Amino acid sequence: MANRTPLYDAHVKAGAKMVDFHGWDMPLNYGSQIEEHNAVRQDSGVFDVSHMTIVDVAGLQAKAFLRKLLANDIAKVSVPGKAQYSAMLNEKGGVIDDLIVYFFSDESFRLVVNSATRERDMAWIDAVAKSFQVTITEQTELGMLALQGPKAADKLKLVLGAEAFAQVDGMKPFMSEQVGDFFIATTGYTGEAGYEIVVPAHALEKLWDDLLNVGVQPCGLGARDTLRLEAGMNLYGQDMDENVTPLEANMGWSVAFEPSDRDFIGREALEKQKAEGHDKLVGLVMREKGVLRQGLKVVVDGGEGVITSGTFSPTLGFSIAMARVPNSVGDTAEVEMRKKFVTVSVVKPGFVRNGKALV
Amino acid sequence: MSSIPKELKYASTHEWVRNEGDGTFTVGISEHAQDLLGDMVFVELPEVGDTVSAGDDVAVAESVKAASDIYAPIAGEIVAINEELEDAPETVNSDPYGDGWLFRIKAEDPSEVESLLDAEGYQAVIDED
Repeated sequence: MANRTPLYDAHVKAGAKMVDFHGWDMPLNYGSQIEEHNAVRQDSGVFDVSHMTIVDVAGLQAKAFLRKLLANDIAKVSVPGKAQYSAMLNEKGGVIDDLIVYFFSDESFRLVVNSATRERDMAWIDAVAKSFQVTITEQTELGMLALQGPKAADKLKLVLGAEAFAQVDGMKPFMSEQVGDFFIATTGYTGEAGYEIVVPAHALEKLWDDLLNVGVQPCGLGARDTLRLEAGMNLYGQDMDENVTPLEANMGWSVAFEPSDRDFIGREALEKQKAEGHDKLVGLVMREKGVLRQGLKVVVDGGEGVITSGTFSPTLGFSIAMARVPNSVGDTAEVEMRKKFVTVSVVKPGFVRNGKALV
Repeated sequence: MSSIPKELKYASTHEWVRNEGDGTFTVGISEHAQDLLGDMVFVELPEVGDTVSAGDDVAVAESVKAASDIYAPIAGEIVAINEELEDAPETVNSDPYGDGWLFRIKAEDPSEVESLLDAEGYQAVIDED
Protein backbone atom coordinates (compact mmCIF):
# COMPACT_ATOMS: atom_id res chain seq x y z
CA MET A 1 0.00 0.00 0.00
CA ALA A 2 1.13 3.49 -0.82
CA ASN A 3 2.28 5.92 1.85
CA ARG A 4 -0.16 8.59 2.90
CA THR A 5 0.54 11.96 4.47
CA PRO A 6 -1.49 13.04 7.53
CA LEU A 7 -3.60 15.10 5.10
CA TYR A 8 -4.84 12.23 2.94
CA ASP A 9 -8.45 12.51 4.17
CA ALA A 10 -8.35 16.29 3.92
CA HIS A 11 -7.28 16.03 0.27
CA VAL A 12 -10.09 13.65 -0.56
CA LYS A 13 -12.54 15.93 1.25
CA ALA A 14 -11.30 18.89 -0.83
CA GLY A 15 -12.08 16.92 -4.00
CA ALA A 16 -8.54 15.90 -4.91
CA LYS A 17 -7.73 13.53 -7.71
CA MET A 18 -5.17 11.31 -5.96
CA VAL A 19 -2.27 9.73 -7.86
CA ASP A 20 0.76 7.64 -7.03
CA PHE A 21 3.90 9.76 -6.70
CA HIS A 22 6.95 7.57 -6.05
CA GLY A 23 5.06 5.42 -3.57
CA TRP A 24 2.97 8.21 -2.04
CA ASP A 25 -0.74 8.86 -2.60
CA MET A 26 -0.67 12.56 -3.46
CA PRO A 27 -3.16 15.07 -4.89
CA LEU A 28 -2.71 15.77 -8.62
CA ASN A 29 -5.31 18.54 -8.59
CA TYR A 30 -8.52 19.56 -6.85
CA GLY A 31 -10.41 20.19 -10.11
CA SER A 32 -8.37 22.47 -12.35
CA GLN A 33 -4.59 22.57 -12.18
CA ILE A 34 -4.54 25.81 -14.20
CA GLU A 35 -6.79 27.56 -11.67
CA GLU A 36 -4.50 26.35 -8.89
CA HIS A 37 -1.48 27.61 -10.81
CA ASN A 38 -3.06 31.03 -11.32
CA ALA A 39 -4.02 31.27 -7.65
CA VAL A 40 -0.34 30.95 -6.69
CA ARG A 41 0.75 33.59 -9.23
CA GLN A 42 -2.01 36.06 -8.30
CA ASP A 43 -3.02 35.32 -4.70
CA SER A 44 -1.99 32.27 -2.67
CA GLY A 45 -1.96 28.50 -2.75
CA VAL A 46 -0.98 25.72 -0.37
CA PHE A 47 0.71 22.40 -1.19
CA ASP A 48 1.04 19.36 1.03
CA VAL A 49 4.74 18.48 0.81
CA SER A 50 4.78 16.16 3.80
CA HIS A 51 6.15 13.39 1.61
CA MET A 52 9.49 15.18 1.55
CA THR A 53 12.18 13.87 3.86
CA ILE A 54 13.43 15.98 6.76
CA VAL A 55 16.80 15.01 8.20
CA ASP A 56 18.46 16.69 11.16
CA VAL A 57 22.24 16.64 11.37
CA ALA A 58 23.89 17.31 14.73
CA GLY A 59 27.24 16.80 16.39
CA LEU A 60 30.73 18.15 16.86
CA GLN A 61 31.64 17.49 13.23
CA ALA A 62 28.27 18.33 11.65
CA LYS A 63 29.73 21.22 9.68
CA ALA A 64 32.78 19.28 8.49
CA PHE A 65 30.48 16.42 7.45
CA LEU A 66 28.26 18.68 5.31
CA ARG A 67 31.33 20.33 3.73
CA LYS A 68 32.35 16.84 2.58
CA LEU A 69 28.84 15.66 1.62
CA LEU A 70 27.59 18.66 -0.36
CA ALA A 71 28.74 20.55 -3.45
CA ASN A 72 27.78 23.92 -2.00
CA ASP A 73 29.76 25.17 0.99
CA ILE A 74 27.71 25.61 4.15
CA ALA A 75 30.65 27.53 5.66
CA LYS A 76 29.53 30.46 3.47
CA VAL A 77 26.50 30.71 5.75
CA SER A 78 26.88 32.34 9.15
CA VAL A 79 23.44 33.69 10.10
CA PRO A 80 21.42 31.18 12.20
CA GLY A 81 18.27 30.12 10.31
CA LYS A 82 19.80 30.79 6.87
CA ALA A 83 19.02 28.24 4.14
CA GLN A 84 21.25 27.10 1.26
CA TYR A 85 20.41 25.13 -1.91
CA SER A 86 22.89 22.37 -2.66
CA ALA A 87 23.53 19.22 -4.63
CA MET A 88 24.66 15.94 -3.07
CA LEU A 89 26.97 14.26 -5.58
CA ASN A 90 28.47 10.83 -6.15
CA GLU A 91 32.19 10.40 -6.90
CA LYS A 92 31.50 10.84 -10.63
CA GLY A 93 29.88 14.21 -9.96
CA GLY A 94 26.37 12.88 -10.69
CA VAL A 95 23.51 14.37 -8.67
CA ILE A 96 22.23 11.94 -6.02
CA ASP A 97 19.75 14.60 -4.94
CA ASP A 98 19.22 18.33 -4.66
CA LEU A 99 18.26 19.65 -1.26
CA ILE A 100 18.03 22.59 1.09
CA VAL A 101 20.27 22.86 4.16
CA TYR A 102 19.23 25.04 7.09
CA PHE A 103 22.04 26.33 9.31
CA PHE A 104 21.31 26.71 13.03
CA SER A 105 24.83 26.45 14.48
CA ASP A 106 28.09 24.74 13.50
CA GLU A 107 26.79 21.67 15.31
CA SER A 108 23.17 21.71 14.17
CA PHE A 109 21.64 21.66 10.68
CA ARG A 110 18.48 20.49 8.95
CA LEU A 111 18.27 18.98 5.46
CA VAL A 112 15.09 18.73 3.37
CA VAL A 113 15.53 16.17 0.60
CA ASN A 114 13.28 14.67 -2.10
CA SER A 115 10.90 11.84 -1.29
CA ALA A 116 11.49 9.99 -4.56
CA THR A 117 15.14 9.43 -3.61
CA ARG A 118 14.64 8.93 0.13
CA GLU A 119 16.14 5.47 0.58
CA ARG A 120 19.17 6.13 -1.58
CA ASP A 121 19.71 9.52 0.07
CA MET A 122 19.56 8.06 3.57
CA ALA A 123 21.91 5.21 2.68
CA TRP A 124 24.42 7.67 1.19
CA ILE A 125 24.16 10.16 4.07
CA ASP A 126 24.59 7.37 6.63
CA ALA A 127 27.58 5.93 4.77
CA VAL A 128 29.40 9.27 4.55
CA ALA A 129 28.48 10.08 8.18
CA LYS A 130 30.39 7.01 9.42
CA SER A 131 33.66 8.94 9.17
CA PHE A 132 32.40 11.88 11.22
CA GLN A 133 31.23 12.54 14.78
CA VAL A 134 27.69 13.29 13.74
CA THR A 135 24.16 12.11 14.47
CA ILE A 136 21.67 11.73 11.59
CA THR A 137 17.99 11.80 12.58
CA GLU A 138 15.19 11.39 10.07
CA GLN A 139 12.14 13.29 11.35
CA THR A 140 9.19 11.11 10.41
CA GLU A 141 6.76 12.79 12.84
CA LEU A 142 6.89 16.10 11.00
CA GLY A 143 4.70 17.22 8.14
CA MET A 144 5.27 20.12 5.78
CA LEU A 145 3.16 22.63 3.87
CA ALA A 146 4.26 25.08 1.19
CA LEU A 147 2.25 28.32 1.30
CA GLN A 148 3.11 30.30 -1.84
CA GLY A 149 1.99 33.42 -3.65
CA PRO A 150 1.97 37.23 -3.39
CA LYS A 151 -0.69 37.05 -0.64
CA ALA A 152 1.09 34.29 1.32
CA ALA A 153 2.28 36.68 4.06
CA ASP A 154 -1.21 38.18 4.51
CA LYS A 155 -2.73 34.72 4.82
CA LEU A 156 -0.10 33.48 7.24
CA LYS A 157 -0.66 36.54 9.41
CA LEU A 158 -4.39 35.81 9.54
CA VAL A 159 -3.71 32.23 10.62
CA LEU A 160 -0.88 32.82 13.10
CA GLY A 161 -2.17 36.07 14.59
CA ALA A 162 -0.23 39.34 14.53
CA GLU A 163 1.99 38.54 17.50
CA ALA A 164 3.36 35.22 16.23
CA PHE A 165 3.56 36.52 12.67
CA ALA A 166 5.75 39.43 13.81
CA GLN A 167 8.58 36.89 14.27
CA VAL A 168 8.68 36.20 10.51
CA ASP A 169 7.36 39.53 9.22
CA GLY A 170 9.71 40.90 6.55
CA MET A 171 11.97 37.84 6.71
CA LYS A 172 14.33 37.77 3.69
CA PRO A 173 14.22 34.88 1.18
CA PHE A 174 15.99 31.68 2.25
CA MET A 175 15.70 32.36 5.99
CA SER A 176 13.90 30.39 8.67
CA GLU A 177 12.55 30.85 12.17
CA GLN A 178 11.02 28.54 14.75
CA VAL A 179 7.69 30.04 15.82
CA GLY A 180 6.12 27.88 18.53
CA ASP A 181 5.42 24.51 16.95
CA PHE A 182 6.05 25.83 13.44
CA PHE A 183 9.38 25.91 11.65
CA ILE A 184 8.77 28.64 9.07
CA ALA A 185 11.14 29.17 6.13
CA THR A 186 10.98 31.64 3.25
CA THR A 187 11.69 28.99 0.65
CA GLY A 188 9.62 27.41 -2.10
CA TYR A 189 9.37 25.87 -5.53
CA THR A 190 7.15 28.29 -7.42
CA GLY A 191 9.08 31.51 -8.13
CA GLU A 192 6.73 33.44 -5.85
CA ALA A 193 7.20 34.75 -2.33
CA GLY A 194 5.97 32.38 0.35
CA TYR A 195 6.83 29.88 3.02
CA GLU A 196 7.59 26.28 3.64
CA ILE A 197 6.29 25.38 7.07
CA VAL A 198 7.37 22.28 8.99
CA VAL A 199 4.76 21.22 11.51
CA PRO A 200 4.33 18.29 13.93
CA ALA A 201 2.18 15.71 12.12
CA HIS A 202 -0.67 16.03 14.64
CA ALA A 203 -0.95 19.79 14.03
CA LEU A 204 -0.81 19.60 10.25
CA GLU A 205 -4.50 19.24 9.47
CA LYS A 206 -5.44 22.19 11.66
CA LEU A 207 -2.96 24.45 9.84
CA TRP A 208 -4.23 23.16 6.47
CA ASP A 209 -7.86 23.83 7.43
CA ASP A 210 -7.01 27.27 8.81
CA LEU A 211 -5.29 28.23 5.55
CA LEU A 212 -8.20 27.00 3.43
CA ASN A 213 -10.60 28.90 5.68
CA VAL A 214 -8.84 32.20 4.94
CA GLY A 215 -9.19 31.57 1.21
CA VAL A 216 -5.90 29.87 0.31
CA GLN A 217 -6.30 27.61 -2.74
CA PRO A 218 -5.29 23.95 -2.20
CA CYS A 219 -2.86 23.01 -4.98
CA GLY A 220 -1.73 19.63 -6.28
CA LEU A 221 1.30 18.16 -8.01
CA GLY A 222 0.08 19.34 -11.43
CA ALA A 223 0.27 23.02 -10.51
CA ARG A 224 3.49 22.40 -8.57
CA ASP A 225 5.10 21.15 -11.78
CA THR A 226 3.96 24.02 -14.04
CA LEU A 227 4.91 26.61 -11.40
CA ARG A 228 8.41 25.24 -10.83
CA LEU A 229 9.02 24.92 -14.56
CA GLU A 230 7.95 28.53 -15.19
CA ALA A 231 10.35 29.50 -12.39
CA GLY A 232 13.15 27.55 -14.12
CA MET A 233 13.63 25.18 -11.19
CA ASN A 234 14.81 21.62 -11.78
CA LEU A 235 12.83 18.50 -10.97
CA TYR A 236 14.97 15.63 -9.72
CA GLY A 237 14.70 12.54 -11.94
CA GLN A 238 13.73 14.66 -14.96
CA ASP A 239 16.13 17.57 -15.33
CA MET A 240 18.97 15.83 -13.52
CA ASP A 241 19.81 12.51 -11.90
CA GLU A 242 22.85 10.55 -10.79
CA ASN A 243 24.19 10.42 -14.37
CA VAL A 244 24.06 14.20 -14.78
CA THR A 245 26.39 16.68 -13.08
CA PRO A 246 25.27 20.06 -11.69
CA LEU A 247 27.28 21.73 -14.48
CA GLU A 248 25.02 20.03 -17.03
CA ALA A 249 21.86 20.94 -15.10
CA ASN A 250 22.11 24.72 -14.68
CA MET A 251 23.21 24.18 -11.08
CA GLY A 252 26.82 25.30 -11.51
CA TRP A 253 26.05 28.38 -9.38
CA SER A 254 25.42 26.08 -6.41
CA VAL A 255 28.82 24.39 -6.63
CA ALA A 256 31.43 26.08 -4.42
CA PHE A 257 34.86 25.41 -5.96
CA GLU A 258 36.36 27.94 -3.54
CA PRO A 259 38.06 27.44 -1.16
CA SER A 260 40.08 25.15 -3.41
CA ASP A 261 41.19 22.89 -0.55
CA ARG A 262 37.65 21.81 0.39
CA ASP A 263 37.49 18.18 -0.73
CA PHE A 264 33.76 17.63 -1.34
CA ILE A 265 32.53 14.42 -2.94
CA GLY A 266 32.47 14.76 -6.72
CA ARG A 267 34.91 17.67 -6.83
CA GLU A 268 37.55 15.93 -8.92
CA ALA A 269 35.02 14.81 -11.54
CA LEU A 270 33.50 18.29 -11.80
CA GLU A 271 36.91 19.99 -12.17
CA LYS A 272 37.79 17.60 -14.98
CA GLN A 273 34.44 18.17 -16.69
CA LYS A 274 34.76 21.92 -16.30
CA ALA A 275 38.12 21.82 -18.06
CA GLU A 276 36.93 19.52 -20.84
CA GLY A 277 33.57 21.16 -21.55
CA HIS A 278 30.07 19.79 -21.17
CA ASP A 279 26.42 20.01 -22.23
CA LYS A 280 24.17 22.58 -20.64
CA LEU A 281 20.56 22.97 -19.59
CA VAL A 282 18.73 25.78 -21.41
CA GLY A 283 15.20 27.09 -21.60
CA LEU A 284 13.07 26.81 -24.73
CA VAL A 285 10.12 29.02 -25.70
CA MET A 286 7.59 28.16 -28.40
CA ARG A 287 5.05 30.87 -29.16
CA GLU A 288 3.00 28.89 -31.66
CA LYS A 289 0.34 26.32 -30.88
CA GLY A 290 1.40 23.06 -29.32
CA VAL A 291 3.16 21.88 -26.20
CA LEU A 292 6.83 20.95 -25.82
CA ARG A 293 7.03 17.63 -23.99
CA GLN A 294 9.67 15.73 -22.07
CA GLY A 295 11.71 13.40 -24.30
CA LEU A 296 11.37 15.35 -27.56
CA LYS A 297 14.52 15.65 -29.65
CA VAL A 298 16.11 19.10 -29.98
CA VAL A 299 18.43 19.95 -32.86
CA VAL A 300 20.84 22.83 -32.20
CA ASP A 301 24.03 24.27 -33.71
CA GLY A 302 26.64 21.57 -33.34
CA GLY A 303 24.47 18.64 -32.33
CA GLU A 304 21.37 17.25 -30.72
CA GLY A 305 19.80 17.38 -27.29
CA VAL A 306 16.61 16.42 -25.52
CA ILE A 307 13.78 18.13 -23.64
CA THR A 308 14.00 17.21 -19.96
CA SER A 309 10.80 19.01 -18.88
CA GLY A 310 8.16 20.67 -21.00
CA THR A 311 4.73 22.13 -20.43
CA PHE A 312 2.13 24.67 -21.41
CA SER A 313 2.80 27.79 -19.33
CA PRO A 314 -0.52 29.00 -17.88
CA THR A 315 0.99 32.38 -17.00
CA LEU A 316 2.49 33.04 -20.44
CA GLY A 317 -0.13 31.30 -22.59
CA PHE A 318 2.42 29.34 -24.65
CA SER A 319 4.74 26.41 -24.20
CA ILE A 320 8.07 26.39 -22.37
CA ALA A 321 10.63 23.70 -21.70
CA MET A 322 14.05 22.88 -20.37
CA ALA A 323 16.43 20.96 -22.59
CA ARG A 324 19.91 19.54 -22.26
CA VAL A 325 21.90 20.49 -25.36
CA PRO A 326 25.51 20.80 -26.57
CA ASN A 327 27.29 23.90 -25.32
CA SER A 328 27.51 25.18 -28.92
CA VAL A 329 23.76 25.99 -28.92
CA GLY A 330 22.75 29.31 -30.50
CA ASP A 331 19.66 31.50 -30.08
CA THR A 332 17.25 29.04 -31.69
CA ALA A 333 16.67 25.31 -31.84
CA GLU A 334 14.52 22.91 -33.86
CA VAL A 335 12.17 20.58 -32.03
CA GLU A 336 10.58 17.60 -33.71
CA MET A 337 6.86 17.75 -32.89
CA ARG A 338 4.18 15.55 -34.32
CA LYS A 339 6.24 14.67 -37.41
CA LYS A 340 7.43 18.21 -38.23
CA PHE A 341 10.25 20.45 -37.04
CA VAL A 342 9.34 23.67 -35.22
CA THR A 343 11.79 26.51 -34.54
CA VAL A 344 11.88 27.62 -30.89
CA SER A 345 13.87 30.30 -29.03
CA VAL A 346 16.65 29.36 -26.65
CA VAL A 347 16.73 31.32 -23.37
CA LYS A 348 18.12 30.97 -19.86
CA PRO A 349 15.94 28.62 -17.80
CA GLY A 350 13.54 30.86 -15.87
CA PHE A 351 10.39 32.14 -17.52
CA VAL A 352 8.27 33.74 -14.78
CA ARG A 353 9.31 35.33 -11.49
CA ASN A 354 7.02 37.02 -8.94
CA GLY A 355 4.09 36.93 -11.35
CA LYS A 356 6.06 38.64 -14.17
CA ALA A 357 7.13 37.19 -17.51
CA LEU A 358 10.90 37.00 -18.02
CA VAL A 359 10.66 36.03 -21.70
CA MET B 1 -18.62 8.56 -11.68
CA SER B 2 -18.72 10.65 -14.84
CA SER B 3 -21.91 11.44 -16.72
CA ILE B 4 -22.80 9.53 -19.91
CA PRO B 5 -25.98 10.97 -21.44
CA LYS B 6 -28.35 8.26 -22.70
CA GLU B 7 -29.38 10.14 -25.86
CA LEU B 8 -25.85 10.13 -27.32
CA LYS B 9 -23.82 7.50 -29.16
CA TYR B 10 -20.17 6.84 -28.35
CA ALA B 11 -16.95 5.55 -29.88
CA SER B 12 -14.63 3.37 -27.81
CA THR B 13 -12.00 6.11 -28.34
CA HIS B 14 -14.16 8.41 -26.12
CA GLU B 15 -15.87 10.60 -28.72
CA TRP B 16 -19.63 11.22 -28.41
CA VAL B 17 -22.03 11.74 -31.33
CA ARG B 18 -25.36 13.58 -31.29
CA ASN B 19 -27.91 13.22 -34.09
CA GLU B 20 -29.08 16.71 -35.04
CA GLY B 21 -31.98 15.24 -37.07
CA ASP B 22 -30.97 16.90 -40.34
CA GLY B 23 -28.40 14.40 -41.52
CA THR B 24 -25.65 16.08 -39.49
CA PHE B 25 -24.02 14.78 -36.34
CA THR B 26 -22.21 16.77 -33.64
CA VAL B 27 -19.05 15.27 -32.15
CA GLY B 28 -17.25 15.96 -28.87
CA ILE B 29 -15.30 14.07 -26.24
CA SER B 30 -16.85 12.46 -23.19
CA GLU B 31 -16.68 13.78 -19.67
CA HIS B 32 -14.55 10.76 -18.82
CA ALA B 33 -12.07 11.65 -21.60
CA GLN B 34 -11.71 15.29 -20.55
CA ASP B 35 -11.18 14.14 -16.98
CA LEU B 36 -8.39 11.78 -18.05
CA LEU B 37 -6.70 14.50 -20.10
CA GLY B 38 -6.95 17.30 -17.53
CA ASP B 39 -7.02 21.03 -18.30
CA MET B 40 -7.24 21.59 -22.04
CA VAL B 41 -4.79 24.15 -23.47
CA PHE B 42 -5.20 23.85 -27.25
CA VAL B 43 -7.73 22.20 -29.51
CA GLU B 44 -6.82 21.69 -33.16
CA LEU B 45 -9.90 21.21 -35.31
CA PRO B 46 -10.36 20.02 -38.89
CA GLU B 47 -11.30 22.45 -41.69
CA VAL B 48 -14.90 22.94 -42.74
CA GLY B 49 -15.28 21.09 -46.05
CA ASP B 50 -12.82 18.30 -45.18
CA THR B 51 -14.00 14.84 -46.15
CA VAL B 52 -13.22 12.26 -43.47
CA SER B 53 -13.51 8.51 -43.06
CA ALA B 54 -14.52 6.78 -39.84
CA GLY B 55 -11.41 6.31 -37.71
CA ASP B 56 -9.39 9.15 -39.29
CA ASP B 57 -7.52 11.32 -36.79
CA VAL B 58 -9.15 14.67 -37.51
CA ALA B 59 -8.51 16.75 -34.40
CA VAL B 60 -6.08 17.04 -31.50
CA ALA B 61 -6.98 17.82 -27.90
CA GLU B 62 -3.87 19.06 -26.15
CA SER B 63 -4.01 19.27 -22.38
CA VAL B 64 -1.46 20.12 -19.71
CA LYS B 65 -0.77 16.40 -19.58
CA ALA B 66 -0.74 15.12 -23.16
CA ALA B 67 -1.72 15.59 -26.80
CA SER B 68 -4.50 13.23 -27.74
CA ASP B 69 -5.82 12.43 -31.22
CA ILE B 70 -9.54 12.66 -31.80
CA TYR B 71 -11.00 10.32 -34.41
CA ALA B 72 -13.97 10.80 -36.73
CA PRO B 73 -16.61 8.37 -35.41
CA ILE B 74 -18.36 8.26 -38.81
CA ALA B 75 -17.55 9.13 -42.42
CA GLY B 76 -18.74 12.33 -44.07
CA GLU B 77 -18.02 16.00 -44.60
CA ILE B 78 -17.09 18.46 -41.86
CA VAL B 79 -19.81 21.13 -42.01
CA ALA B 80 -19.03 23.11 -38.85
CA ILE B 81 -16.32 23.48 -36.23
CA ASN B 82 -16.50 25.03 -32.77
CA GLU B 83 -14.39 28.16 -33.30
CA GLU B 84 -15.02 29.32 -29.73
CA LEU B 85 -12.53 26.69 -28.57
CA GLU B 86 -9.67 28.68 -30.11
CA ASP B 87 -9.90 31.21 -27.27
CA ALA B 88 -11.56 29.01 -24.65
CA PRO B 89 -10.29 25.42 -24.89
CA GLU B 90 -11.26 24.93 -21.23
CA THR B 91 -14.92 24.75 -22.36
CA VAL B 92 -14.16 21.15 -23.30
CA ASN B 93 -13.51 20.53 -19.59
CA SER B 94 -16.39 22.54 -18.17
CA ASP B 95 -19.14 21.54 -20.64
CA PRO B 96 -17.99 18.52 -22.68
CA TYR B 97 -21.49 17.61 -23.92
CA GLY B 98 -22.63 21.19 -24.58
CA ASP B 99 -20.56 24.27 -25.46
CA GLY B 100 -17.45 22.11 -25.56
CA TRP B 101 -18.50 20.31 -28.77
CA LEU B 102 -15.75 19.98 -31.40
CA PHE B 103 -17.15 19.60 -34.94
CA ARG B 104 -20.22 18.59 -36.94
CA ILE B 105 -20.23 15.98 -39.70
CA LYS B 106 -22.72 15.55 -42.55
CA ALA B 107 -22.91 11.77 -42.60
CA GLU B 108 -22.13 9.88 -45.78
CA ASP B 109 -24.32 7.07 -44.46
CA PRO B 110 -26.40 8.01 -41.37
CA SER B 111 -26.96 4.34 -40.56
CA GLU B 112 -23.23 4.11 -39.70
CA VAL B 113 -24.12 5.80 -36.40
CA GLU B 114 -26.14 2.76 -35.37
CA SER B 115 -22.98 0.69 -35.10
CA LEU B 116 -21.55 3.02 -32.42
CA LEU B 117 -21.88 2.27 -28.69
CA ASP B 118 -24.88 3.31 -26.63
CA ALA B 119 -24.41 4.78 -23.15
CA GLU B 120 -24.38 1.35 -21.53
CA GLY B 121 -21.86 -0.02 -24.02
CA TYR B 122 -19.60 3.00 -23.47
CA GLN B 123 -19.85 2.61 -19.69
CA ALA B 124 -18.59 -0.95 -20.15
CA VAL B 125 -15.58 0.36 -22.13
CA ILE B 126 -14.71 2.77 -19.30
CA ASP B 127 -15.10 0.04 -16.68
CA GLU B 128 -12.61 -2.15 -18.54
CA ASP B 129 -9.89 0.55 -18.50
